[in-house]
Amino acid sequence: MIEVKNLTKKYGDHTAVDHLSFQVEEGQIYGFLGPNGAGKSTTMNMITGYIASTEGTVVINGHDILEEPEEAKKDIGYLPEQPPLYMDMTVIEYLRLAAELKKVPKKDREDMIADIMDTVQLTHMKDRLIKNLSKGYKQRTGLAQALMGYPEVIILDEPTVGLDPKQIIEIRDLIKSLSKKHTVILSSHILSEVSAVCDYVMIISHGHLVASDTPENLAKLMEGENTLELTIKGSRTEIEGMLNAIPEIAEKNFTDNENGLVQVSLKTEGNEDVREKLFYACAENQCPILRMENTHVSLEDIFLELTSQDPSEAKNTGAFSDADAIQSLMEDTETPEEENKEGGQE
Amino acid sequence: MSTICKKEIRAYLTSMSGYVFIAFMLLVTGIYFTAYHMNMGYPIFGYTLSAVNFIFLIVTPILTMRALAEEQRQKTDQLLLTSPLSVTDIVLGKFMGMIAIFAIPVLIICLYPLIMQVYGEVSMPMSYTALLGFFLLGCSNIAIGLFLSSLTESPVIAAVITFGALFICYMMNSLTSILSQTAATSFLIIAMLILGVAVVVYSVVKNTFLAVLIGIIGEAVLAGIYFLKSTLLEGAVQKILSVFDLSSHFDDFTNGILDVSNVVYYLTVIGLFLFFTVQSIQKRRWS
Repeated sequence: MIEVKNLTKKYGDHTAVDHLSFQVEEGQIYGFLGPNGAGKSTTMNMITGYIASTEGTVVINGHDILEEPEEAKKDIGYLPEQPPLYMDMTVIEYLRLAAELKKVPKKDREDMIADIMDTVQLTHMKDRLIKNLSKGYKQRTGLAQALMGYPEVIILDEPTVGLDPKQIIEIRDLIKSLSKKHTVILSSHILSEVSAVCDYVMIISHGHLVASDTPENLAKLMEGENTLELTIKGSRTEIEGMLNAIPEIAEKNFTDNENGLVQVSLKTEGNEDVREKLFYACAENQCPILRMENTHVSLEDIFLELTSQDPSEAKNTGAFSDADAIQSLMEDTETPEEENKEGGQE
Repeated sequence: MSTICKKEIRAYLTSMSGYVFIAFMLLVTGIYFTAYHMNMGYPIFGYTLSAVNFIFLIVTPILTMRALAEEQRQKTDQLLLTSPLSVTDIVLGKFMGMIAIFAIPVLIICLYPLIMQVYGEVSMPMSYTALLGFFLLGCSNIAIGLFLSSLTESPVIAAVITFGALFICYMMNSLTSILSQTAATSFLIIAMLILGVAVVVYSVVKNTFLAVLIGIIGEAVLAGIYFLKSTLLEGAVQKILSVFDLSSHFDDFTNGILDVSNVVYYLTVIGLFLFFTVQSIQKRRWS
């Protein structure tokens, strides 16, 4: 449906997006995840044809965005980071303009506008001037604009930024309901949002695609093996002997030993669940289990792990007194400026 | 294109700027009309129009300053550029919208010769030829303003540079007469221009060889002309600069002369600046 190949954008010497390639299939919600200044907005602006790429191609339903822009843009609805609203228009005037711009046939226009306003719950605001709307309703108006003409792909750049928690939940539910009819691509730097909404996550860092998979698979990928954390009452030697009797345990880590309590974290091979075996083994040896926890790697850990793989970031965790650290600090301070370049001034 | 055009007309008529533009044009034209034709009874309507053509310096920025600068500032250009419209459509739509607003006062001014006719003999073809010239002059000014508005994100800066550019065009006739007509002056000025071109070429393509080549060849040709046939250079600067003299092409119209070359001149200016506008938007997308 959307095919992105080797997409690159350079601003002078600065590379905002670096040879990004991915494919988007129908009927799913895709999430772009990345820290500020990772190139999310730039990528979206290139996919929608707002800016041209330095290198690489974007093909939408067989139409190259630069070679056949009008055909390609027909299949895309876009809500940029800052909704492109004309403040002096009322909601209904603005949506009529959007419908005309998207070349919706005249006879379908009013029905479609009513239908979309209903979907985004905007109908009671239709005669208000956009400049008098709250941020949440402005966002909805922008979203209504993106839905206009019911394009196959809807691209949303940070759709929930600046909304209150209730509005965030509403917008997320709305996005989920959209995926029944449309393919949705959204960007976010909020992890919980992406893991809550998206079927597929693409993590971008410094313009590179560092990982792309379903949220569950990403978690598994990082986890590798199952990890169990236990606190057992008993002596260390006793417990060690007991654990050695369970063959599925691949690795044992004794972390603490106080007041006759043993803390141990276990790694098992594959997806073997040893919790029951552990319970019976401990019961037999009269060592009560005080705590047993199956630790999952959250998307947050993956995110931090993957986005810190960049050399300049890695230096941050090391020695802090040398020139490298200073350089990496300077690079850190550059980030908001980069964001400005892509995002806008407000 | 018609979508953008309709949107622009609606935007001008729901905000102050459209009405300020129309009112100011009618006010100034009305004052001159009353003074020349009602009070003093001149029969040639072109007098009024040639006297009031300075108002374009003031009213063009009112109309054009927001055209593209505001879209960039509010990021609404994202809506236009990601919708299935070509950049040419957008620029033409904007231009047509402004022309439609400009046409309102021009149509009202079209009534003035009819009013004059009530009081005496007035040549209608002469009057309306002058009005055609007035309309074309206005359209070229608007095209220039539209281009300058595409260069910046700030409507105020767009307005100031539009005023500056139109002022220089307006004063071009007087400016050229300040400069000496001799071949040596032309040689010096054109030599500097060629150097300027070479610098611009270098800053655009970052190719020292090409820039130096252009500079050297340009200067050599110029020096050749200066030493072999210096008469060619006499008044050359004036000739070059007169290209920018928008209002002198209007003088024939006010005298009732419909010269095709003047019509072609204005249409060329309009076409060229609309083309520049499209290129300036495209450049921003590609850089």
